[in-house]
Amino acid sequence: MSRQVREVVFVDGVRTPFGKAGGMYSETRADDLVIRCIRQLMRRNPSLPPERVEEVAIAATTQIGDQGLTIGRTAALLSGLPQSVPGFAIDRMCAGAMTAVTSVASGIGFGAYDVAIAGGVEHMGRHPMGEGVDPNPRILSEKLVDPSALIMGSTAENLHDRFPEISKERADAFGLASQERYAKHLDQIELDLVSMNTRSVEEGWGLATRDEPPRQTSMEKLAGLRTPFRPHGRVTAGNSAGLNDGATACIIAAEDVAEELGLSAAMRMVSYGFVGVEPEVMGVGPIPSTEKALSKAGLSIEDIGLFELNEAFAVQVLAFLDHFGIADDDPRVNPWGGAIAVGHPLASSGVRLMTQLARHFAANPQVRYGLTAMCIGIGMGGTVVWENPAWSANNSEKG
Amino acid sequence: MNALKEFPDEVVTRSLVRFVNVPGLDGQAALITLDNGHDHKRPSSFGPGGLKSLNTALDEVFAHTPKVKFIAVTGKPFIFLVGADITGMPLIETREDAHAIARFGHDVFARLKDSDIPTFAFINGAVMGGGLELALHCHYRTLSSSTAALALPECFIGLAPTWGGTQLLPNLIGPDNAVKVIIENALNQNKMLRPGEANEMGISDVLLEPADFIEESMAWAAKVVRGDIAVERPEVDRGEGWDAALQRGRAVADMKVHGAAPAPYIALDLMQKAKTVPFEEGTALEDDALATLLTSPELKASLYAFDLVQKRAKRPVGVPDKSLARPVNKVGVIGAGLMASQLAWLFLRRLEVPVVLTDLDEERVQKGVAYVHNEIDKQVAKGRMGSDKATRYKNLISGSVDKTVFADADFVIEAVFEELNLKKQIFAELESIVTPECVLATNTSSLSVTDMAADLKNPERVVGFHFFNPVAVLPLLEVVRAKETDDATLATAFAVCKTLKKNGVLVADAPAFVVNRLLTRFLGEIFACVDEGTEIEVADRSVDSLGLPMPPFVLLQLVGPAVARHVAGTLHQAFPDRFGVSDNLDRLVEAGKSSVYVWDAHGKPSLDPDIPSIMEFGSNPSSPENIRERALAAVADEARRMLDEGVVAAREDIDLCMILGAGWPFHLGGITPYLDHSGIAEKVTGRTFAE
Repeated sequence: MSRQVREVVFVDGVRTPFGKAGGMYSETRADDLVIRCIRQLMRRNPSLPPERVEEVAIAATTQIGDQGLTIGRTAALLSGLPQSVPGFAIDRMCAGAMTAVTSVASGIGFGAYDVAIAGGVEHMGRHPMGEGVDPNPRILSEKLVDPSALIMGSTAENLHDRFPEISKERADAFGLASQERYAKHLDQIELDLVSMNTRSVEEGWGLATRDEPPRQTSMEKLAGLRTPFRPHGRVTAGNSAGLNDGATACIIAAEDVAEELGLSAAMRMVSYGFVGVEPEVMGVGPIPSTEKALSKAGLSIEDIGLFELNEAFAVQVLAFLDHFGIADDDPRVNPWGGAIAVGHPLASSGVRLMTQLARHFAANPQVRYGLTAMCIGIGMGGTVVWENPAWSANNSEKG
Repeated sequence: MNALKEFPDEVVTRSLVRFVNVPGLDGQAALITLDNGHDHKRPSSFGPGGLKSLNTALDEVFAHTPKVKFIAVTGKPFIFLVGADITGMPLIETREDAHAIARFGHDVFARLKDSDIPTFAFINGAVMGGGLELALHCHYRTLSSSTAALALPECFIGLAPTWGGTQLLPNLIGPDNAVKVIIENALNQNKMLRPGEANEMGISDVLLEPADFIEESMAWAAKVVRGDIAVERPEVDRGEGWDAALQRGRAVADMKVHGAAPAPYIALDLMQKAKTVPFEEGTALEDDALATLLTSPELKASLYAFDLVQKRAKRPVGVPDKSLARPVNKVGVIGAGLMASQLAWLFLRRLEVPVVLTDLDEERVQKGVAYVHNEIDKQVAKGRMGSDKATRYKNLISGSVDKTVFADADFVIEAVFEELNLKKQIFAELESIVTPECVLATNTSSLSVTDMAADLKNPERVVGFHFFNPVAVLPLLEVVRAKETDDATLATAFAVCKTLKKNGVLVADAPAFVVNRLLTRFLGEIFACVDEGTEIEVADRSVDSLGLPMPPFVLLQLVGPAVARHVAGTLHQAFPDRFGVSDNLDRLVEAGKSSVYVWDAHGKPSLDPDIPSIMEFGSNPSSPENIRERALAAVADEARRMLDEGVVAAREDIDLCMILGAGWPFHLGGITPYLDHSGIAEKVTGRTFAE
């Protein structure tokens, strides 16, 4: 048989409002969060016949309880998709949803199927990081990994050690900017939020329509926060993402099939890369993964007009920016703020980056390429490079 | 207004208020959740405390500034609200107390109806009675497509929907649909509406899927408030259609309760008023109606009966611990006649284990197996069974003329001709085939189970397992403990009974057990009056006012004169002074008649013209009152004797048997509450059954 690699596009993405662990979703099931996303995604794209969805890939880091039971398959069934639609569960920690997207995109590019749903969920309130883990004793006995590698905040402190030019003040300033940018763009951000019920035994039903984590702060307030991972350290709740609950989902399709079905192509996938690094400084991961993705695409960092970088920790984003010679306050980077403001429900975040980049693309037809990148626990980075379908050489000249 | 009587044991359903932002609306909505603090197994209901909580919640909502954009009421997961707290109702003894609770409900619910802020009910789950009436007071309703229980069951338990139901429902969905919901379904063993059907009728404005019911209800409400959705409701026929519908309702009520229970007639009167009177006047009439019903003996009997069916039927008294039960992995049925075939089908679909039928010849066996195959095919044709399951069931049912197929059975039931020696012979033969633990059950309706087991090596594994015809319909099983029956056998029998989804009542091995003994005594008096010279039709009508499911001579036809004669014979042998033998019954059987009636094409009976030449009548007719009195006195006497003999543990079991096995109505409470409050018990036995 002859085979042709097909173009793959990101059609549309949604997410629940993100919650604080122990907050508005305390009594909400994790699977219900992602089911709501899938249902709303289908409602937003009525021209997509449900039976044309041929795969549902849902990521979760802790795949037990309401995040277990092969959540991609069970979420598909519980969302009301036909029984013929298969699904699977995926785990690459923070890059779960990103990996869900690259996996189904690869399947589509290969020709295994035409349309898929990818997303992720993490209910860190119900499933705290490290729940039920059983690290192999060889990790310690053979010194395979520095013990601090399993504590994400410690890896961020390690990163400050490696890059002494990234001070606590720079990290705090970045965190503050994230909050301010988020607050300024609430109206645009809410376009891709789905309302979510928040039932509580004591208070009854409620409705989540806004993110819970964002807060108003100042450099003064940020300076006074505790550094829980080290005495006199640099990593605080103000310059890192919190512990959050939330879910995301998006539609990925072959470009020609999207067109046939009347689905709009918001972004065209150009390349992606995942790379491993020293686990104890996992935050540097996006640097080599971006280099890999760019080289696969034959692009350089100068070609990238918009960045959606996951802000697990400010230090890790700043290390990326320093490496590529980008200013801390570059307007191309996280224009609507990032995870420090909105939160980072681990396995769900990748699709949030993409959904927002898609909005930026639509508003910036002069930009041809953008990228989404994130660091990943146990020392990895992941990057996806996207092309803006709204771009044309014409726009570029005007821009 | 009277002070509201508290229900001391009320599980209060609280109204929890949250003010929530709604996408697309510039402002907040008030979302009220009705929650009694338990999970779905204990549904929320409203007593005085629950009503007060809703009232307080509405105070808070209406006082909120800025004013909310809409008010929505919903329930805890799977349950909206299942109505008034009936456990507290027996506490209401005076008209004043009854009036007060009716009025308070009206006053609180009216706040939702009269609100200048749009009000919505998000019916997320089970909604019955007062719960549905609350929803009807809201301006708009969304309904979850998975709502399992949706009804106005008041008439079923001797009440009427008097928290606005009789006034609001006919004006919302039309009188004919309202008659269906309030009268027909309620009196049809409390039939539930399917959500799609309810939505079609117009009870709800939109049907939404359960997965994101609250979110989508909120979104729908926002669209209504914004004016993006205009809710349209069909015009209701306020002309002759209204009267015709109620006429039909009356006919249904007559057919079901024969005027014996006041509730449906009161409901119909109120619905008639709803055609013309203003809402406030209608609800005032409802208050009076509730006061009348709540203090009526029929309601007290109904609540007692309802409680028996809900609780005692599910936890039969005197049953050995279920841990003693042995597994039943293969069932044998002896006999392949209609009764045996029905049993085989029931065991097969409930136990899902191999079921094997035996009979004397291959033809009968094949007929029995074919009956089951046909039932399976019917299920498949109706779309109730998939082909895989049908194949599985057909592979599980088999037949043989050779009883050695029972060798590895754990439970064998005989349903052969009612002849003691035949049954003894069968059990003796079985003993040489089956294991010593295999339960040997008999479906005898009147023979002594102890006698049947007498000559066996292992009489302790014999038990009576008496079904009622039609097996698929009547839920009662009289489980008979014979003299030697051991606990393990009895526990196994009750475990099987539960899996069969039947309600077992433990009875002693006394002649004809409970239902047949009481029915035979009751019918015996009525037949005696006929033998003495009362016209059959007069005798048959004489007990109409009790509201029994069918007249005595129609029941005779259902049972079959031959079977009735056999049971009467057994009882006559045991208690000759109280159970007579009727020559007329013999003559009817000998003439090969299945009934004293012939039925025309419309199902209307008339006396079979052959009857005068078959039966012989005396010249001493009784009045209807006299017949009824004699028949009920006989029942009171026999019931008292059964209790004194220890046939059952308590009078509650007699009532439960009559309700579940003979279909005797809730408003009689089975029978003993009626015998008590009518004074018959006192008069005949010198005491009431309740004492």
